[in-house]
Amino acid sequence: MSFIPDVATGSLRSGSPVLYATLGELISERAGIINLGIEGSMLAGACAGIIATAETGNAYLGILAGCAAGGLLAVVHAFMAVTRGANQLASGLALWFLGLGLTAFFGRPYVSANIDGLDRIALPGLSDLPVIGPVLFEHDVLTYTVIPLAIAIWFVLFRTRWGIHLRAVGEYPEAAFAAGINPQLVQYLAVCAGGALAGIGGAQLSLGLAQSWVEGMTNGRGFIAVALVIFAMWNPLRAVAGALLFGGVLAMQLQLQARGVAVSPFLLEMTPYLVTLAVLLFWNRASRHAMPEGLRAVFRGTG
Amino acid sequence: MTIIGSQPWRIGALIPEWARDPRVVTTARFTVAGIIAFAVFSIILLLDRANPITAVWEMFESALGGEFGRSEVLVKLVPIGLCAAATAVPARAGLINVGGEGQFHIGALFAGGLVLYSGAPDLLLLPLAVIGGAVGGALWAGLAGGLRVRFNLNEAISTLLLNYVAIQLVNYFVFGPWRDPDAFNWPFTADFPSAAIPPGFWAGRVHAGLILVPIVLGVLFLVFRYTRAGYEMRAVGGNALAAARTGIPTGRYLFWSLVAGGAIAGLAGMAEVTAIQGRLRPGISIGYGFIGFLASWLGGHRPVGVLFAAALFSVLVVGGDSLQISAGLPGSSVNILMALMLFALLAGRRNTAAVRS
Repeated sequence: MSFIPDVATGSLRSGSPVLYATLGELISERAGIINLGIEGSMLAGACAGIIATAETGNAYLGILAGCAAGGLLAVVHAFMAVTRGANQLASGLALWFLGLGLTAFFGRPYVSANIDGLDRIALPGLSDLPVIGPVLFEHDVLTYTVIPLAIAIWFVLFRTRWGIHLRAVGEYPEAAFAAGINPQLVQYLAVCAGGALAGIGGAQLSLGLAQSWVEGMTNGRGFIAVALVIFAMWNPLRAVAGALLFGGVLAMQLQLQARGVAVSPFLLEMTPYLVTLAVLLFWNRASRHAMPEGLRAVFRGTG
Repeated sequence: MTIIGSQPWRIGALIPEWARDPRVVTTARFTVAGIIAFAVFSIILLLDRANPITAVWEMFESALGGEFGRSEVLVKLVPIGLCAAATAVPARAGLINVGGEGQFHIGALFAGGLVLYSGAPDLLLLPLAVIGGAVGGALWAGLAGGLRVRFNLNEAISTLLLNYVAIQLVNYFVFGPWRDPDAFNWPFTADFPSAAIPPGFWAGRVHAGLILVPIVLGVLFLVFRYTRAGYEMRAVGGNALAAARTGIPTGRYLFWSLVAGGAIAGLAGMAEVTAIQGRLRPGISIGYGFIGFLASWLGGHRPVGVLFAAALFSVLVVGGDSLQISAGLPGSSVNILMALMLFALLAGRRNTAAVRS
């Protein structure tokens, strides 16, 4: 009966962490650096968020810690990809592995920690609206901020000087350099900002959704974010649609499990990955024209 | 590779002649990378108030100091060495196969299914498992290969996503249709018949699957070095456009190198479930596909280098297990060390994309 509203609520709730990571990856790729280590940054954010919250008792400090941890981890990738010119895909995957190991190591004492995670805030007045009130206006703070953030990133990328600089570096770094931009600095900042956003997404996953830390809890959401960036054609507003779609599939799958539908839960758990692949397949051709020029070499495997 | 000190006014001119030998340079590079990795790892251990010297000593001591440790290193070398080869083959053609983990699982699934349900005579069970493992892994990689060649879908992303699907597929079978009703509600299939289990030798759990490592890497060595296919594959990996202009069927090389890699990872899954587990169950891999990926990059995608890197990572995995028991550190903390080694090496070699022979 309440299936559709429940799925809609879950779509926002599960889509939000992925959207943070997708926006982060998008900024990084717009500057010409693909970062598969976004999965590691998400894990770092999830773990650091729990540690900071358990130690200070304040989940908002947890968000800050998650943001910092995700950004710091991404510095390693920026160094490898920008300064050392290493293969971006290999470096990103090694970064994921580093994040996996570091979070297992430092997160171990906090596996069963009791924390006060992010509260759901019901917006006064709005949350009393029939049906759409509970769907749209009973979320934690990070879910409320993510769509305005996507719009803000779109504005910065396409309507400001900073955005032009960033995109110029991703398209044609030599020209950007000739125009007086420092491409390396821009790429460092973009990769770190991307990691920081993924860290926020991870923190939302652990502090808001799970309210606990589990080793490897992001389960490929960072990689899904990389796929969603392609689907989104490197446009933050399309990324919102992609993340909501992913969140919707995830929420539908959870709702079906909760309702005891006679389909194996293991088959249901495949669906978000398969849907992501299918979506990617469908939009891959169209999105190729939108790809920042600097990424082409990496995607062809010669970067 | 650039020749150090090719111009006399560079600092390279100060380096004596013997030190410019590529083998010396490579050894030095690996040594420095190893030192940096262990130094950073030590700092991380110190942050957790663990003693890095005793911890690292303990790791190597437990893995190499006794017969049990050494036999376990050989046991781990099978999945890690094969999964590394599974990354190395497509890498020659310029592809990034991060799907070793999924191909491993599907190989294990096919091998297990044939062993349990083919009804073949005992003598044929093991050969069937071997073929099934290779075919399963090859199909899974072929999926990503087809998407890449036909639809230009990046294989790094598709193989990564397919890993999660493959793991759930194995879970589906062991929790569902293939679950053994006599297993007291555990998600296990029935035990494999003993005819399907590769014989053990030497000590501990070392098994006949170990011969796959020298066979596969030896064949790759010969193919890479002496055959036209090996040469053309490298041409595709070096510059696909130029290769296509000279008439090399690049799409075919991309597809079949991924399929070959998948078959090798499938063999690893087959060996693990038949020889070590003796049945299918969840969690058959501790991330062998990913560890193999790092090993292949560490070894420069060359058979000899891959063998050394896989052996090193096998030692670290076995040592990591003992860290877990003795020092209470999580076993996955050796993942930190493996990632650091690859970083140190990647940082030392500028522009690592091109595969050197």
